[in-house]
Amino acid sequence: MRTPDRRDALRVALAGGAAMLLPKAVVAQEAAFSLPKLPYSFDALEPHIDAKTMEIHWGRHHKAYVDNLNKALAGKGEWEKKTIEEILKSIADVPAPVRQAVINNGGGHHNHSLFWASMGPKAGGEPTGPLAKAIDAAFESFAKFQAKLTAAGMTRFGSGWAWLVSDDKGKLDVISTANQDSPLMMTPVLTPLLGVDVWEHAYYLKYQNKRADYLAAWFKTVDWKVVAERHAKAGK
Amino acid sequence: MTFTLPTLPYAHDALEKAIDKTTMEIHHGRHHKAYVDNLNAAIQGRSEFDGQSIEAILAKAATLPDDIRQKVINNGGGHANHTLFWETMSPNGGGDPSGVLADAITSTFGDLATLKQKVKEAALARFGSGWSWVVVSGGKLEILSTANQDSPLMHGKTPILGVDVWEHAYYLRYQNKRADYVDAFWHVINWSDVAARFQKAGH
Ligand SMILES: [Fe+2]
Ligand SMILES: [Fe+2]
Repeated sequence: MRTPDRRDALRVALAGGAAMLLPKAVVAQEAAFSLPKLPYSFDALEPHIDAKTMEIHWGRHHKAYVDNLNKALAGKGEWEKKTIEEILKSIADVPAPVRQAVINNGGGHHNHSLFWASMGPKAGGEPTGPLAKAIDAAFESFAKFQAKLTAAGMTRFGSGWAWLVSDDKGKLDVISTANQDSPLMMTPVLTPLLGVDVWEHAYYLKYQNKRADYLAAWFKTVDWKVVAERHAKAGK
Repeated sequence: MTFTLPTLPYAHDALEKAIDKTTMEIHHGRHHKAYVDNLNAAIQGRSEFDGQSIEAILAKAATLPDDIRQKVINNGGGHANHTLFWETMSPNGGGDPSGVLADAITSTFGDLATLKQKVKEAALARFGSGWSWVVVSGGKLEILSTANQDSPLMHGKTPILGVDVWEHAYYLRYQNKRADYVDAFWHVINWSDVAARFQKAGH
């Protein structure tokens, strides 16, 4: 899933011929990447994730990743025109002086965009259809998958993410990455279908050191429809 | 041998001008305790660690057995780092260092403000979890940062001052504002403890 950002709005405008009306200077000053809107209110994931955490996590942490990504790529024309997925998949080609900044902040932007979109207020439960079958095939059962993703989150020492990923044939696996490293940066590329943020900022206000409690609660927010759509796309 | 959680040398609310009571309670009583417990679990039944200090163990981290090396780095580092952290803070802290430490800071960095600025830069540049340090290396002062609970001792450097920049160290009061937390840290810095470490490090 790709979060629409400002460039998409401009592309739509271009396609419609309206770009002629945009003064060039304004276009040039538009940041390449922008903070996506949350698809629900800050308190929508209560009691699992508290409103204050959502507000700070999205409005300050995610915003900082977006701002710092824009700074890192400012003036690098061809890179600013790419999608964040394209950039992360070709991270080795990003100019060396800004590469780590793009890994950290581009990863942070993409990981959090995926994170918000795969949670929802009326969510949780278990997946159905082809995704459920693929989970059973890879992990034997949903319960075993859940235990494996939880273990990946628990054993990530320091900051990072635990992921359900797909290879290009739709085969699933569970991995964890450090800091904001994205599965898209791996060789071969892995497509993130579902990620859980285990940076302390994701849970500290409500759960403090109890990461396990946060992970158990987070499962109740997972929007499996969104994950199933990502899975269907990844396996093509 | 087993390692034990040191008692805090002051009350949980003693550092309020920089760090809130709840953070101190959880940080010491749960995070540091978990490092100690996990360190003990990692080395349980291995007599080769008997009588060794955590500093001595970390100094030879590279040669530890494969199956426990990362656990000892994470939890032994966590134990040593936090022990130093608590001791280098004090409710009567702040101010300026004196004596040979002050002289060394002036000759290495120009002035104390520059040292503070560099410690802050290292703290802010540490992406994710870790520490910002003042260390003694080859008799000289240096500033560096490490990831997670990696100890400067693993690199042959002796830490004399450390700022914990894991989010758990500041999130309850400062949330994403790590810079504000680092600025406040100087209000509780225990320079006489730092100076004693500097002496011992054999500058
Ligand atoms: Fe996050
Ligand atoms: Fe800590």
